[in-house]
Amino acid sequence: MSTQDDKAKEVSADGAAGPIILFFILGLAATLVFGWVIFPKLLYSQKKQPIDFNHILHVEAVEEGCESCHFFREDGSFSGIPKLAQCVECHEDAQGEDPNEVKFVEEYVANGREVPWLVYARQPDCVFFSHAAHVKKAEMDCGTCHGHIGESEHSRVYEENRITGYSRDIWGKNISGLRKHTWERMKMDDCAECHATKEIKTDVETLPWPINWLPRPYEKQTGNQARVKTVKEACFVCHK
Amino acid sequence: MNIGRRSFLSFVIGGAAGTAITPLPWKLIDDSSIWSQNWPWTPVPPDGEYSQVNSVCTLCPGGCGITLRKVDDRVVKIEGMKGHPINDGGLCLMGLSGLQLLYGPTRVKTPLKRVGKRGEGKWEKISWDEAISEVTKKLADIRSNGESHAVGSIVDSESGTVPNLFKRFLTAYGSPNFMTMPSIQDTYGMTLQLMQGVSAQAGFDAENADFILSFGSGIIDGWGSPVRMFKANSAWKANGKKVVQIEPRLSNTAAKSDKWIPIKPGTEAVLALGLANVIITNSLDSKKISRSTGFESFKKLVQNEYSIDKVSKITGINSATIVSLAKNFARASKPLAICGKGQGSIPGSLNEFMAVHALNALVGNINKEGGVWAVTETDYIKWPKLEMDSVAENGMQKERIDGAGSEYPHANSLLNRLAEVINSGDGSLEVIFVSGANPLYSMPDSKAMKTAFDSIPFVVSFSSYMDETADNADLILPNHVYLERYEDVPTLAGLSKPIVGLTRPVVKPQFDTKHVGDVVMLIAKALGGGMADAFPWESYEACLKETLGVKWDVLVEKGFEFNGDKCILEGDFNFYPEAMKSLSNFTPVSAEGSAISYPLILIPYDTIRLANGYIGDPPFAIKAVEDTVLKGKNSCVEINPKTGKELGLTEGRYASLLTPRGKAKVKVHLYEGIMPGIIALPRGLGHTAYDKYLAGKGCNFNELIGPAEDPVSGLDAAWGIRARLTKV
Ligand code: SF4
Repeated sequence: MSTQDDKAKEVSADGAAGPIILFFILGLAATLVFGWVIFPKLLYSQKKQPIDFNHILHVEAVEEGCESCHFFREDGSFSGIPKLAQCVECHEDAQGEDPNEVKFVEEYVANGREVPWLVYARQPDCVFFSHAAHVKKAEMDCGTCHGHIGESEHSRVYEENRITGYSRDIWGKNISGLRKHTWERMKMDDCAECHATKEIKTDVETLPWPINWLPRPYEKQTGNQARVKTVKEACFVCHK
Repeated sequence: MNIGRRSFLSFVIGGAAGTAITPLPWKLIDDSSIWSQNWPWTPVPPDGEYSQVNSVCTLCPGGCGITLRKVDDRVVKIEGMKGHPINDGGLCLMGLSGLQLLYGPTRVKTPLKRVGKRGEGKWEKISWDEAISEVTKKLADIRSNGESHAVGSIVDSESGTVPNLFKRFLTAYGSPNFMTMPSIQDTYGMTLQLMQGVSAQAGFDAENADFILSFGSGIIDGWGSPVRMFKANSAWKANGKKVVQIEPRLSNTAAKSDKWIPIKPGTEAVLALGLANVIITNSLDSKKISRSTGFESFKKLVQNEYSIDKVSKITGINSATIVSLAKNFARASKPLAICGKGQGSIPGSLNEFMAVHALNALVGNINKEGGVWAVTETDYIKWPKLEMDSVAENGMQKERIDGAGSEYPHANSLLNRLAEVINSGDGSLEVIFVSGANPLYSMPDSKAMKTAFDSIPFVVSFSSYMDETADNADLILPNHVYLERYEDVPTLAGLSKPIVGLTRPVVKPQFDTKHVGDVVMLIAKALGGGMADAFPWESYEACLKETLGVKWDVLVEKGFEFNGDKCILEGDFNFYPEAMKSLSNFTPVSAEGSAISYPLILIPYDTIRLANGYIGDPPFAIKAVEDTVLKGKNSCVEINPKTGKELGLTEGRYASLLTPRGKAKVKVHLYEGIMPGIIALPRGLGHTAYDKYLAGKGCNFNELIGPAEDPVSGLDAAWGIRARLTKV
């Protein structure tokens, strides 16, 4: 016949509850440490830019701020990271004694070789992004997405995701995916944050929607101002 | 402490719980999804500055305008040029795949000198200086031996600066042997010469015609200027215009026509004359034209020799169909009859062309809206007169090796005769230059052509690609491809308004190649004397600019210009020129081979997805070929189920195909769309050269057929050959 005592014995025969909890905590702690501390270190490799670039120095020397080098082409497309040809306009020969500049001139300018810059903000090819729409039309500041890069003296270490090959900047420095500032992350959610919330100078008409308590996803634009909110077929605005 | 199973399990559970509240699983899911979208072999267009450049497609004689989309220095897409008079934004599969000919694996990257046996594929890279001095030395030796006429050249066409540089080079050197790749233009040119007394080309006002009678012309299979014909065909469909297609096989064109009339192959001329008979007998002909020269004899001929019953028997078309076709054609307000089979790469029988042209004349649509115009190109090539030295004069006195101008007085070039002349020992060449052409693949009886080439001691190819002819050359001096060079592209191709376009260097040359025009001039300059003086230009580009004069700026800006006009006709239309009476009396050309050993008749067919000239199908294009045309590594032979049954051949079986000229292993494709007793093979397959995407696929139709000389023109008029098909 089984009694309370017997049960207690059974448990203690295999060890008390204490070690079980201990092991649970041990397992929990080990994976927490692994997941939060070791995993990010394993996931990203650290790469140095081919040339250490001083933004402050350049911004001071040019007249039109960011757009002096990161300009819009005639057709409205954005040039992105400057090509060698633009750099050569000023750096045909080394202008100073900075070893970085000397290296740049000797290795790249002299050989006509493009600098293989590592692009922090590079997105997969399936992402279509128009700088003109954001900077020209919506008059957004470069820093909103790119942060204070223009105020850096040195190039940051480029952390490359070993699985995807993209920069850590896309997911964000914080491995949890949380961020404080708009420029700390560049995933789709971050785009969506503005696009879902910002009502921008546009009149939209809500289309009939059968379920009242569900948010209405479809809106029709009535004004001719480009819409910001996501509407039907909006996927193809960014995913061409 | 006792670490038992439970402790371990709780460790694992703790671990799982812990993992779930770290970013690890979520981050890995996200990353692996991105990873899976970025396989390393997925092509990603480069990022950079976009631009667009207009140029001309030269992959076929169609002359379409193209717009190239570039990202920085890389071309990423070819599009049809909007507003271009030929193709207005349209493009064919070949044109679209052109980038693979620029960046693909089949290019010859530097001058090459053969080191192994011919065709063995062993080459040594040499410099341009070495290559040019090698050619120069050979040419200087031959010339000093007084054998200058033993040098020949084969180029793609007669017009344009590059062919004319070759011609000038040979003339100054002392050889009349300037040969061009044949096409229906040769026959149409001769037809117009004989019947209208003009030195002009046929221009078809297809867009305005309302009843199109096509004698086997592949309207949507690559005939004429292909994209233009596609557009015309769509417009006919949209506007309810009638298209009647006469051919033994249900081609794409036939399938899209309003009426397909199967005919015994090779009897098209007979049908045309039969139709003429109905039209004349029923007084449906245009009265104005009836009083023309030769009309009475023509009338007598068709009425006496081409009675409806007889025509019906010969062609296999029933009498009622013939009569109603003739009536419908003659009663249409803008009828148009065209000929030249498939894509028009075989010149065809002069009889047939004249008979068809006579039909046009009978219904009075010569030089009329919606009819056939005699058009001439403006000859903008006005180079200083050649000073010929005595060697050149002597050489130019000699007869051409192919008999054009002598044996066949109406012809300018008869490349189809070259192989036989050389192989039978009636003539020989010491050197041959080949540019923009691939005769070892695309001439009928290509094996005989290869044998002929084998006996030419020095073969120089200017090909940009490792094609069959380049593969069998001694020296390859690779030309830039069309996207890397300037060149004028005069286009006739059945247009009612000739056009000249300009290709331009859209990208800089990708390899160590040179413009063929420059190479010809460099060789001439190295030969010195009168040869050097004949080419006073610094470079090909300088020559082109000077030649085009005011046109240059227009062409650079617009990409094309109208170049020529419709001839104003003087004199009568001659229905029955002397040449026909004395030589052929409209007798049809028959197929080679005896009916006993070869009970079937093999005909070729063309499709828009297969190129069969100098350019081989690029990888994109060959992928688009249906598996009823090419199955695995075998060409499919089309055979009527009835004939298949008689021969015991079922769908998909291997069969051995034998003709008097060659044999091939093929797969059987039973097809209701081909007449019983007749079998068909596609042209454009069976390459042995180019790249792994094209080589070794299917069989080359040209290895199975031989040329058949037209008795009047001397041009190749072979439309098919007798054949035997057996199970294997
Ligand atoms: S039809 Fe001819 S010229 Fe036109 S795009 Fe096609 S290959 Fe080029």
